Amino acid sequence: MMDNSLGEPQVIVLLGGTSDIGLAIGRELLSPATRTVVLCCRDVAAGRQAAAELASATVTVDVRAFDARQPAGHAELMSSIAATHGDIDVVVHAAGLLGDDDVATADPLAAFELAEVNFAGALSALVAASNVLRAQGHGSIVVLSSVAGERVRAANTVYGATKAGLDGFAQGLGDRIAADGVHVLIVRPGFVHSSMTEGRPAAPLATTPEHVAAVAVRGLRQRRRIVWAPATLRPLFSVLRHLPAPVWRRLPLG
Amino acid sequence: MAVLMGERISGWGCTAPVVATVEQPTGTAALAGALGRAGPRGALVRGLGRSYGDAAQNSGGLVLRLPSGTAEIVLDAAAGTVVVPGGVSLGELLRLVVGHGFFVTVLPGTMHVTVGGAIASDIHGKNHHRDGSFGRSVVSLRLLLADGSVVQVGPQQRPELFWATVGGMGLTGIVVDATLRLLAIETSRMSVDTTRLGDLDTLMATMADSDHRYRYSVAWIDLVAKGIHLGRSILTNGDHATLDQLGRRAASAPLRYQPRQLVTVPPLIPPGGLLNHASVAAFNELWFRKSPRHEVGQLQPIGFYFCPLDLVGRWNRFYGRAGLLQYQFVVPFGEETTLRKVIERLVDSGTASFLAVLKRFGPSNPAPLSFPTLGWTLALDVPAGARHGLGEMLHELDHLVLDAGGRHYLAKDSHATPDVVRRGYPRLDEWRGVRDSVDPQGLWHSDLARRLGLLEG
Repeated sequence: MMDNSLGEPQVIVLLGGTSDIGLAIGRELLSPATRTVVLCCRDVAAGRQAAAELASATVTVDVRAFDARQPAGHAELMSSIAATHGDIDVVVHAAGLLGDDDVATADPLAAFELAEVNFAGALSALVAASNVLRAQGHGSIVVLSSVAGERVRAANTVYGATKAGLDGFAQGLGDRIAADGVHVLIVRPGFVHSSMTEGRPAAPLATTPEHVAAVAVRGLRQRRRIVWAPATLRPLFSVLRHLPAPVWRRLPLG
Repeated sequence: MAVLMGERISGWGCTAPVVATVEQPTGTAALAGALGRAGPRGALVRGLGRSYGDAAQNSGGLVLRLPSGTAEIVLDAAAGTVVVPGGVSLGELLRLVVGHGFFVTVLPGTMHVTVGGAIASDIHGKNHHRDGSFGRSVVSLRLLLADGSVVQVGPQQRPELFWATVGGMGLTGIVVDATLRLLAIETSRMSVDTTRLGDLDTLMATMADSDHRYRYSVAWIDLVAKGIHLGRSILTNGDHATLDQLGRRAASAPLRYQPRQLVTVPPLIPPGGLLNHASVAAFNELWFRKSPRHEVGQLQPIGFYFCPLDLVGRWNRFYGRAGLLQYQFVVPFGEETTLRKVIERLVDSGTASFLAVLKRFGPSNPAPLSFPTLGWTLALDVPAGARHGLGEMLHELDHLVLDAGGRHYLAKDSHATPDVVRRGYPRLDEWRGVRDSVDPQGLWHSDLARRLGLLEG
């Protein structure tokens, strides 16, 4: 119910509770202080499977139904978690769809669905989570952004745009609620080998969910604002961001 | 209605900061009135914020501070007692009473603690083996309860509520004022015997052999030294100097007392702090070597002997942004092997601590949550950002201590789990029963209580 002096949380909430990166962060956060992990996921059956792997003699795992596209239930979900388990120490937002950009840039409904889950639904869930943490006067929120949002490329136009929006929202939210004792950490991974990217060609500097989790948890403990995984993406993108469009367009970024 | 702004607060360790609404009402009526403004997160009184962890935090709730200052202290020199408001610090109290030939019965390693905080944490000092903890010096106290009423309690007057308040971490109510028994002194100097000891066994044997001859006894241990030097230490035994021990010049003003702070650490320390294994090892080597092998009857000022760290303001800044945590436990006499195991584990792990002290406690008092019990107590500071695996190691040490029948000090804790407290304090339920009887709505709350599940049945 309270972070201890080493930043070890007692109650962890994963939004997108079956996401590889979300679960990797959950595992990385486990410590002798952990009491409860709440997996909020669309596919509750898959969530139960993940729960069985996380649970132990000292850690209870609670699986809750969560759908980014049903914002009406978000506030109720967060307050009911707090009512059951006490103060929430960390909320990890890892829910999202990668989609197929060829489809999403051709089919309006496909584009809308990505925006609905990755952006609109994420905002609703994060507002609901931040309300609970602000009332507590403490807690952290981890937002899974992406380098894809740093400068949107042709190959992932819609996904990149949703992450750009989410990243911007998370920055503003972090500054807005810092005075209420809530810390927002933005994680910007590059290409991550996971079930989301299975079968797709890896981009340069590809990484794993475990590495992203290690970077995220270190960032949490150090109360950082933004972390990149791998870290080299940060200097790289500070250059790429300013490349002239004709050059940017031709880069082999996968 | 005025909009109350949240204020960021943390313990002395600067870890786990939270935001709460902080108010400082003047007078008991205003204080009782403020309780009505507490929301669902409840209220808590905060003294000078010197407990290391989250004991004086109430995140998202109301945090009440009390006025300080010596104006309302009433000294009864004939009876040797004093009435002190709860928000007054022991330093302020000493400033007033030393000149009259009195001393507080219990003084911890810092003077910057309030009387209310001293009672709530049932603090101890270097004289615990002789004089017990702070609760023993309290003749009576007036407690503001959750319903806004004020009751007087003491060892003879509603003793269950009195002892639930002593060591009760502020969760029974607010100490409005307390009547304390004082210790008569002839001079403001300490007579100190210092001995350098080469290893842990010699230290423990010497302490067991000598502390009954002194009112004050404590040992500093070098937690970097390994092998045959494991547990090398400096033992300082002391007493209040008598008039005939002072030189002629000092004897002309035997109760002269001018506490000072030499410097304040600026907020410009690099985020990683300055305390790492190398710097602590160097400090410890120097500290050990500069101390005399054996010196008897050295005269020292009160502050220098009791609270050397008070000479450096905001010394917690040395630990950088991650802050520090303090680990203090007690194990019963006879569990020396456990103590040795813990020290070995700390040394082997490379946990650099430059403030590790060992002391022998006397018997406990009737308070269910009072920390001191007959045995050895070890306290150490650890940089919270020190290294990976610190949490696991402390958890391991927790269980070594608990298996030996020991317990941990709540006022310093910032890392333990509910299980550690339930095992270390078997009378927790009894305490909660008394607490709940005077706070049925659950007004008083703290982050320590939340983290350790103190209020959950």
